[in-house]
Amino acid sequence: MAIELPPTPDKPIPPHPSPDGQDLALPPGSALSQEATRRTRRSFIVGGLAALGGVLGWRYLLHRPDADGTPLPFRRVLDANGRLSAAYFRETRLAPEFPKSLAREPRQNGNAGLQTPLDAAAWRLLVEPYGGTTVREFTLAEIKALPRTEFTTQLKCIEGWSVVVNWAGVRFADFLNKYPIASRSGQPITDSTKPPADLAPYVSVVTPDEEYYVGLDMQSAIHPQTLLCYEMNGQPLTPEHGAPLRLVTPLKYGIKHLKRIGTISFTDERPADYWAEQGYDWDSGH
Amino acid sequence: MKQLVEKHPLAIRWFHWVNFPVLSLMIWSGLWIYWANDIYRIGWGQTTLFKFFPQSFYDTFGMTHKLAQGMNWHFMLMWLFFANGLLYVLYTLFSGEWRYLLPNRHSLREAWQVTLHDLGLRKTAPPVQKYNGAQRIAYTAVILMGVGSLLTGLAIYKPVQFGWLTQGLGGYEAARVQHFVLTLGYVLFFVVHVAQVVRAGWNNFRSMVAGFEVEDVPTTGAASPVLAQRDPDAKA
Repeated sequence: MAIELPPTPDKPIPPHPSPDGQDLALPPGSALSQEATRRTRRSFIVGGLAALGGVLGWRYLLHRPDADGTPLPFRRVLDANGRLSAAYFRETRLAPEFPKSLAREPRQNGNAGLQTPLDAAAWRLLVEPYGGTTVREFTLAEIKALPRTEFTTQLKCIEGWSVVVNWAGVRFADFLNKYPIASRSGQPITDSTKPPADLAPYVSVVTPDEEYYVGLDMQSAIHPQTLLCYEMNGQPLTPEHGAPLRLVTPLKYGIKHLKRIGTISFTDERPADYWAEQGYDWDSGH
Repeated sequence: MKQLVEKHPLAIRWFHWVNFPVLSLMIWSGLWIYWANDIYRIGWGQTTLFKFFPQSFYDTFGMTHKLAQGMNWHFMLMWLFFANGLLYVLYTLFSGEWRYLLPNRHSLREAWQVTLHDLGLRKTAPPVQKYNGAQRIAYTAVILMGVGSLLTGLAIYKPVQFGWLTQGLGGYEAARVQHFVLTLGYVLFFVVHVAQVVRAGWNNFRSMVAGFEVEDVPTTGAASPVLAQRDPDAKA
């Protein structure tokens, strides 16, 4: 690469002692002194105004109207970052897998959506087909009859900790392959890299009591590592970890791993999301 | 002969003063994020010499329960930090300023002499061009740290999409540690930097605002009474 060199004067200054700490007062009233004063004054005025502008600009941003728990400009940047991530996203990039022996039980963080006792026998997965009105019901046995997928990945909490967990369940893509209810034309997902063109853009997942709810973009929802999960670390899910069926998506922070799924629906608009309403990033993707 | 010597080009002064608040706010919001999982410490086994950070630290600066806000500031300001740093590096490359900033074969020895001088163990400081060897090393290292912060940050921000990076850094947890240690590095840099600026005095500080410095230039040099140029390749 060619680099432009600055003009070298005929007689450059030779190396000399650092001026730091020397008495370098200029003769008062001299041309040098006047020039120094003029440039100093001008630069400090410009710098002061720039600093003031920066402080006022930042205060302005912080006092813009609130958009789901954060000032609107910050929400806009989060959403722009999310769109950028979505554009870069590839279904073929997988969360790294670990040996099953490293799996540990994750900490239980909060119980929103889990406060009513679980009646496992009465539980049904409710799914509202995209563009349809008739809600479909699925028993756990019907879910378990679908191809089983198991992997051991790192669950990352938005708080900053992570834990390796072994999950087993049904790929959401496999579920939509068997039950083609996420596209308007009723086409199945045979290959998550080539989804039907009229697939719903978003998926909403809500607990039975509607106290906890998450939204996913469809490309994350049909990623090969997104599961309707019924087993953790080789055991059926316990109620505190989301029995009978929970969402697992190593493509997102733990906040999107909704426990005890009640209803799944497909939407054109970005679905409501419990933590995104409290100032967090809606996408929260990895 | 006393002269006003051009020291810092206007662009570099802007990059410097934009970076100062941006990096400060990055560190501040980073602490809000770190608080939510503040597990780092200096120690071994059950012995902890220092915990990052004591509760009193968070309480004093009101840093608790601000994870969402911290992430939002962090993921907005990261763009400014990145753009400003990139422009700075491009500017130094294309303007030729890099020749004052990159360490050369004299820099290590010179940095040692400067350190001895600054500690009062050596009478004279080595003659300098714009920056002495210690400065060349420090100002180049801090740019590499900036690159490191961007890479480790990206590795923990999108650990699946940039899995090659995250794995290359030793995994998600390791990248988070590295991101934190680099931040400690900036704080250390800041402390030394400000101490040196205070020591060097007004003439030096003013040059980062107004661009010029009053210097007592050997008379064999440039004859212009007002503004003189330096030769970045002159042997110091």
